[in-house]
Amino acid sequence: MSTTSKRMRTLVATGAIGTTMALMLAGCGARAGDETAAGGASPAASCVDTSGSTVKLGFLNSLTGGMAISEKTVSNVLHMAADEINAGGGILGKKIEYVQEDGATDWPTFAEKTEKLLTQDCVAAIFGGWTSSSRKAVKPVVEKHNGLFFYPVQYEGLESSPNIYYTGATTNQQIIPAMDFLAAQGVKRLFLAGSDYVFPRTANAIIKLYAAKLGIEIVGEEYVPLDKDDWTSQVAKIVAAKPDFIFNTINGSSNVGFIKAYYDAGLTAATTPIISVSIAEEEAPAMGHEVTGQYASWNYFQSLKTPTNPKFIENWKKYPNSSGVTSDPMEAAYISMYLYKALVEAAGSFDVAKVNAAAKTNTITFDAPEGKVTLDGDNHHISKPGHIGKINATNQFDIVWASDKVIEPDPYLEGYDWFPADIRKQLTDAAG
Amino acid sequence: MHVDALIAPLLNGSAQGALLLLAALGLSLTFGQMGVINMAHGEFLMIGAFAAYLVQQVIVASGLSIPVALPVAFGVAGLFGLLLEVTIIQRMYRRPLDTLLVTVGVGLILQQAALQIFPSQGVPVEKPAWLDGQLNILGYEWPLRQLFTILLAAVCVAALSAWLKHTSFGRRIRATVQNRDLAETSGISTRTVDRLTFFTGSGLAGVAGVAASLIGGTNSQMGAQYIIPAFLVVAAGGIGQLKGTIIAAWAVGVALSYFAYWTTGSLAQVLAFILVIVFLQLRPQGLFTVRTRSLA
Repeated sequence: MSTTSKRMRTLVATGAIGTTMALMLAGCGARAGDETAAGGASPAASCVDTSGSTVKLGFLNSLTGGMAISEKTVSNVLHMAADEINAGGGILGKKIEYVQEDGATDWPTFAEKTEKLLTQDCVAAIFGGWTSSSRKAVKPVVEKHNGLFFYPVQYEGLESSPNIYYTGATTNQQIIPAMDFLAAQGVKRLFLAGSDYVFPRTANAIIKLYAAKLGIEIVGEEYVPLDKDDWTSQVAKIVAAKPDFIFNTINGSSNVGFIKAYYDAGLTAATTPIISVSIAEEEAPAMGHEVTGQYASWNYFQSLKTPTNPKFIENWKKYPNSSGVTSDPMEAAYISMYLYKALVEAAGSFDVAKVNAAAKTNTITFDAPEGKVTLDGDNHHISKPGHIGKINATNQFDIVWASDKVIEPDPYLEGYDWFPADIRKQLTDAAG
Repeated sequence: MHVDALIAPLLNGSAQGALLLLAALGLSLTFGQMGVINMAHGEFLMIGAFAAYLVQQVIVASGLSIPVALPVAFGVAGLFGLLLEVTIIQRMYRRPLDTLLVTVGVGLILQQAALQIFPSQGVPVEKPAWLDGQLNILGYEWPLRQLFTILLAAVCVAALSAWLKHTSFGRRIRATVQNRDLAETSGISTRTVDRLTFFTGSGLAGVAGVAASLIGGTNSQMGAQYIIPAFLVVAAGGIGQLKGTIIAAWAVGVALSYFAYWTTGSLAQVLAFILVIVFLQLRPQGLFTVRTRSLA
């Protein structure tokens, strides 16, 4: 008996160590941003050297680990944009020389690699990141070293930094258009389903405030951890709540489990449609036919008819390792590279202070595949058109709604009277 | 409270438990019987799910492809397991911590390989049309797919226990677990027994992968969410005890589902696993115990 129970303890303890390690890693990820906050340290002298015929840029994407399923594509499209710019003569006549780093789905690694790119590789700007946790890990480091970081993914807003440019949508360019669309559809009972992290929590707080204004009742709100696929129990609650639309802020593979559980329970796009903010052309194929007929809110869709979109799609399809379809986050990454080029050319310099000054004094625009976008030099976000697409049988989106005009970025939702100042402060503080 | 508010979590939880049981069944052999901590077990599950996808590329009719995929996934995942046993694990018997570290590495390699080979966002595995629909149980519309998971788990448990109890190979496995030296003295090739046990345990992970592919995403990361719950279930059930694993998996599934119904999905995960940890503190040997002379 004694040997047996000793063995049990060893085995159980080993299991516990594994679990604890996993928890610790998760915990570190969440806290990394706070702990490395730079405070008011004066920026170190830049070591960026652009005296030669090239300019060094850093790409920071998770090429391994869980986020690689999304970030690999962003890395590829950044390479494509850099190749295109080089073929056209480079930036200020200098060819782009890129340094690719792997963030490895680990937020402290994002911080370390940012430090390395800025202080050892001496890159003029860094492009990449996907999760808000990765951005929050990079933020204090680029601020400390007065570097530049271009972030390409839609996010929860309530942030701005002199050292970050945001080329994905903020909430008033994706969440609010989606709510306007639902109101136009006559939706009365809305259910909120999300992954359990900062973006869905913040988005849903905003959705609830706006729903009250629009007269839409929120009949339930459910979250499942990002790494869990099984939505069965939560879908049973959705069935019981009888919503007439579901607002989906689930991210990643958990979406597949959600759609499967939804379909298993007998819900369909005809009876209880879903509007998503994280399902694009890249994600839809992994869900098979069960996602057909559902909606998504984005700024860019592959099916958009704009002057520059056909060329973008054609170039991407020809590009090595391409996934063959284009999507909103990769288009935003593509924009970020061209926006940087336009900024540097307006400034006539790669110097961060001069680039930021040029952003304020010039109107920086780019004829993006989603349409013409304009940089807001104060909050470092860009104007974007809002679009709602409906997924068809080929996993492409038919455009069913578009905003009247391009939507100016308002990351702190200051132009919306239903968004009270105390909640803004509370959410901004909670987001860190 | 309506009756379906009580019955829904029970039924959903039973199905969740059945999936957990499928994931844990293979471990109850490799970890339970042999004492090998194989952290790549989740990736064998992933291999089973990708095997189901590949079978669907050949047999387009999903009504037929899933029944075909089950034995194929068993065989493919089993062969990967056998390969791992022959090349690495057999050199590390009696060194559980080294095995743990090495198999974590093997798991990462398999994940990255899947990421390179298949579309990075994952692939679709279509549910057979005969699993569409629900069964009305006391007013709750229970998805048929969940009944399928439970039946699949039941068939696997029945087949495994019949194999262990009534075949000469099963008797050899049990003899080896109970007394390795004496089994060897009696002319049993314990090496062959080890290999076949590992093949079967890994193959069962492949079957679990097919079930998982009908519930969640089929991608390089899918195995990670099952590995720790599966180990906890085997440990809580009592190592080397099939019936303990069954009861523990069902209990965890039902607890998860009720907690999710009453609280939130995230809190349910925390509460269910606090229960398991408290239980293991009070009863470190698990639900049932048996004297073994297995390798660890």
